[in-house]
Amino acid sequence: MKYQQTKPRARAAPPTADSVLFDDTSSAAPAMNSQGYYTPGYNMAGPSNNMQGGAGPDLFADPMANAAMMYGSSLANQGKDMVNKEISRFMSVNKLKYFFAVDTRYVLKKLMILMFPYTHQDWEVRYHRDTPLTPRQDVNAPDLYIPTMAFITYILLAGMALGIQKRFSPEVLGLCASTALVWVIIEVLVMLLSLYLLTVHSDLSTFDLIAYSGYKYVGMIFTVLCGLLFGSDGYYVALAWSSCALMFFIVRSLKMKILPSLSPDSMVTGSSAKPQFRLYITVATAVFQPIIIYWLTSHLVR
Amino acid sequence: MAFTLYSLIQAAILCVNAVAVLHEERFLSKIGWGVDQTVGGFGDEPGVKVQLMNLVRSVRTVMRVPLIAVNAVCIVLLLLFG
Repeated sequence: MKYQQTKPRARAAPPTADSVLFDDTSSAAPAMNSQGYYTPGYNMAGPSNNMQGGAGPDLFADPMANAAMMYGSSLANQGKDMVNKEISRFMSVNKLKYFFAVDTRYVLKKLMILMFPYTHQDWEVRYHRDTPLTPRQDVNAPDLYIPTMAFITYILLAGMALGIQKRFSPEVLGLCASTALVWVIIEVLVMLLSLYLLTVHSDLSTFDLIAYSGYKYVGMIFTVLCGLLFGSDGYYVALAWSSCALMFFIVRSLKMKILPSLSPDSMVTGSSAKPQFRLYITVATAVFQPIIIYWLTSHLVR
Repeated sequence: MAFTLYSLIQAAILCVNAVAVLHEERFLSKIGWGVDQTVGGFGDEPGVKVQLMNLVRSVRTVMRVPLIAVNAVCIVLLLLFG
């Protein structure tokens, strides 16, 4: 039930297919092949549904069409398996699924924390026997749903803002999208490089960094909206507000992961420069956020 | 500053080329960044300089052969399409 609220927005599935998205689709014979591509991991993975998929098309009277349909569906399954295998060589799909396991309650709470983090008490990411809890169960866990949606919303808002200023053309939209994407990639690469060079053994994976660096798009959307609604003054006020909120959020979130805990049994070796550098990384990341927010939004609110 | 994805790829290729052309004995050893000058300390604090030297050495080892192919493709594309 929870997925039905997020899936249609993410993939624009046809409305009639909503109710069968997460039910057993193998019995819906004529819509079989199209359903298969909407539910890649949920109903079709695991035991091969070739036998069940073959039961459907037997309704055709013409045996040649039957054979052709079965051959086609087996080909499609083979192609799908091959694609899955290739993709899972580059990135672990399970790890990616962890970041998209959200529900509306989590999204609302997280958006509120992003805009007003000052009253949030407990910033620890909770674990469950060594694996971090999914975002559904822990509001502090990073997720990739909010950054992705915020990125897309930001691109649409940028198009709208440029249209209001009569400066819109479809190429500009693509340019805006790729600029924002490139900045995210640069920021993630710089963070990875600095974490590697200073041998910070944190459990921040690449996806975590992408998530934390994508949270600034929420602030950008808020800033651009205020700039469009309330003019230049509203833009600067919203910029100041979302910058402060984002800096606070980033510092509190990364402090738990990067800075060493002050437990007495941790190793005392290491130069005294190390804790300083970790602090520098955290603060530099935080200071970078308002700069990039201003850079990417000022040309939209003129 | 409007970036396209292609300019990011170009910048990445240029940076990796820059790291790959650093010669081991003619240059890196002269400035004290050679592979024989890493002090193998046991403990978990290799230090920034040692990490950087390791990074340079591993980039050079790994990316030598793919860079030949990527640079050749880049040159051909630039010749054909400007």
